[in-house]
Amino acid sequence: MKWTRRDLLKGLGGLPILGAVWWVGASSAVYNKKERLEILNQLNIRPSLQSAVPHIGGAPINVGIIGFGIRGEQLCRSLGFATKEWMEEMRIEAEEDPNNKVLEDFLKQDRLNINLVGVCDVFDVRAKKALNSFSTSENKIKRYASYKDMIHSGEVDAVVIATPDHWHAPMAIEALNSNVHVYVEKPMTHTVQETYALRTAVEQSDAVFAVGHQHRQTLSFKTARDIVEKGTLGHVSLIQTNTNRNDDNGAWNYDIHEMANTQTIDWEQFLGSAPKIPFNKNHFFRWRKWWAYGSGLSGDLLTHDYDRLNCVLNMGIPDSVSTSGGIYTHNDGRNVPDVLQVNMEFPRYSVGSSQSKGKEIGMTFCYSATLGNGFNRPTILMGHDATMELGNKLTIWPDGSSTRYADMLENGKMQPNIPIYQYNPGATVPDAISSATSQYFADKGLMWTYIDGVRVDSTFLHMREWLSVIKNGGKVSCGIKEGFEEAISAHMAGLSWKLGRKIEWDANQEVLKPITGVDFDEVLLSNGQVEMVPIVMEKI
Amino acid sequence: MVNGKRERRVKISITLLRIFIGWHFLYEGVVKLYNPDWTSFGYLASAQGPLKPLFALLTQETFLDWVDALNITALIVVGFTLILGIFERKGALVGIGLLSLYYLAHPSFPGLHQINVEGNYWFVNKNLIELVACILIYNFPTSQFFGLGYFMKGKLTKIENYEMD
Repeated sequence: MKWTRRDLLKGLGGLPILGAVWWVGASSAVYNKKERLEILNQLNIRPSLQSAVPHIGGAPINVGIIGFGIRGEQLCRSLGFATKEWMEEMRIEAEEDPNNKVLEDFLKQDRLNINLVGVCDVFDVRAKKALNSFSTSENKIKRYASYKDMIHSGEVDAVVIATPDHWHAPMAIEALNSNVHVYVEKPMTHTVQETYALRTAVEQSDAVFAVGHQHRQTLSFKTARDIVEKGTLGHVSLIQTNTNRNDDNGAWNYDIHEMANTQTIDWEQFLGSAPKIPFNKNHFFRWRKWWAYGSGLSGDLLTHDYDRLNCVLNMGIPDSVSTSGGIYTHNDGRNVPDVLQVNMEFPRYSVGSSQSKGKEIGMTFCYSATLGNGFNRPTILMGHDATMELGNKLTIWPDGSSTRYADMLENGKMQPNIPIYQYNPGATVPDAISSATSQYFADKGLMWTYIDGVRVDSTFLHMREWLSVIKNGGKVSCGIKEGFEEAISAHMAGLSWKLGRKIEWDANQEVLKPITGVDFDEVLLSNGQVEMVPIVMEKI
Repeated sequence: MVNGKRERRVKISITLLRIFIGWHFLYEGVVKLYNPDWTSFGYLASAQGPLKPLFALLTQETFLDWVDALNITALIVVGFTLILGIFERKGALVGIGLLSLYYLAHPSFPGLHQINVEGNYWFVNKNLIELVACILIYNFPTSQFFGLGYFMKGKLTKIENYEMD
C-alpha cells in the first residue's frame, strides 16, 4: 500500500495539533507555578499547622460550670455535654436542612477526659435543665446554691465561669485562691481594680487560668502572625476592625423566660456588687445592656477584635484610647452605647519597616461598631508594603507604592489589585496569585476549616488546651498576661466614652494615668455617659 | 456532485468542531495535570441544584483525589480521541458524561444564583451547547475523513476512488 502526502496529512493531521496544545498547556502551567513559587519564596510564609495537644490522661478532671445561660450551654457542648432540648432541636433542624451539620459535628467531636460534676445557676430553670440532661446514675451532677459552695466543696478541680461580667473576677479569684482551675469568659474583669486583683490571684495560685478567647486557636491568626513578623506587610500604620449587627439577638435583646420570677431566680445573688434594685427580668436576661453587669460593645465585642489582633501583633495595651458613640439604634432603656468608635494609639509600636530607619513608627487600631447595620466590613491590616484581610482565611494584596515589592510590581509580577497570597486552612495548599474563582469561594466561606478532615469548633480546641495544661503543664494561649491587656484596653475604651476624653496608659508604672477628681471604677460602674459628666465636673 | 460538495463541507465543519472540542478538553486536562495544586474541591463544594448533596459528598477527602485524577484522565482522553480522530465516538461519550456533570454541578436554572459565569444564561449555557456538539460528533463520525481513522482498512481505496470522481 502506498500512502500519498495527502493521505498522511488527512490521517495524521491531528498529531501536530495535539502536540502543540499539550506543549503550550504544560509549559504555561509550569510557568505559572514557577512564578507563584517565586512570590511564595519571596514571601516565605509558613502556614500554621494545628499544634499537637498532649494526651489528657489519668483520672478525669472534675469540672463545675458556673452560669448555664446561652454561653454556658455552648461551653458545655464544647466540653462534650449537650442538653436533650438542644439535641432534639438540632435533630429537627438537620432533618429540615440536610446541610445543617451542627449535631453531626457535635457527635464527631473528640471526647475530653472530664466529668461534669456540678452546676451553679441562680435561675432554677437553667440549673434543672443541666441536671436533667447531664446527671446520670453513674455520674450524679450536683447543683450548688452558690459559686462559693461549689468552689469549696472539694469536689471540683476546675470551674468554667460564664456569668455576667461583674461576677467574672470575684468568682475567678475565689477559685484561684482555692487552687481550683479557672476558664473565664471575656471580658476578663468588670473594673480596673479587679484586673489587678485577678492578676495577683493568678500569680499566687497553683491553678491554671485561661480566658475564653477561643479565636486564639484559629489557624489563620497563627499564620497571620508569621506573615506580619516576616515583614510581608511592611510597617502597619492602621488597623481597621468592625462589628456590624442588625438584629435583636445581636443587640442583646434575648428572650425573657416565661418562668422567670422572684421564686425561680435568686435575684440578690445575681446582683452581687451591682446596685440594689428591685427584681427586673429585663436586667436579668439582657444584662449586657447595662454597665452595672456588663460593658456593652467595648467589653463584649471590642475585646474579641482587640484580642484577635493582639494575638497576631502582640501590641499590648495602647498608650491612649479615644472613644465616641452613643445610643442611636436601640433606645430601649439601655445605658451602654450601641454605636461605638474606638481609636487606640500605639505610637511606639512597629512590626518592622522596609523604608529608611526611623521613618515609620506607630500605629492606630480603629474599632468601629454599630448594632444598626449588618454590612460585613472586613478586618484590614494596612501596611506600607501590603494590605491583609484577616478572617478565617487570609488574603494579602501588595500596595502599589510598596518599597519591598517595587521590583516585582515594576516588572508586572505583582499587581496591586491581585492578591499575592491567600491562606485557607480548609484548602489543601496556600494559593498565591489567587484566581478570581478561588477568591470567590474563599469569600463565600465555602472553604471550611478542617483538621484531619473534621470540622472543628475553636472553643473546643481552646478548652481542650486549658484541660491539657491542667494535666500536662505548659502554657495556655490566652492566660493572665493576655487577659490583663484585653481587660485594661476594654476598660480604657469604656472610660473614654463615659468621660468623653482621652484615657492614657502609663506603661512603665502599669497604671492608667490618673485624672484629677475621677475614680475610674466609679465611672465604669456608673450608669451611662450623660449622667456621669456633670458629677465628675462637680467633683473637680 | 452537488451533494458530494455539500457533504464535504459538512464533514469539514464537523471535523473542525471535533478538533476544537478536543483541543479545549486537552488543554483543560494538561493544565490541571501539570499543576499539582489543582483540585476540583472549590467547584464541587460550591455546587448547586438538585445534585448538590452528591457533589458535596465527592469533596470528602477519600473521594477527592480520585475525582481529580479521573477528571484529568477523562479530559485528556477526550482530547486525544477527538483531535487524533480515533475512537472518537467513545471519546464523544466520555465528553458528554463530563459535560453533564459540569452542567449539573452548576446548572443555569432560574432561581439559582449563578456563580463564576461570564454571561447570562437561562437553562442553556456553554457547557450544554458543548455537550450537544459532542452528541453531533457521536452521530457524525469524521475520523475516516480526517484523523487516524483514515488509515482504517478499506478506507484508503474508497477515498482514492472518491478523489477520482
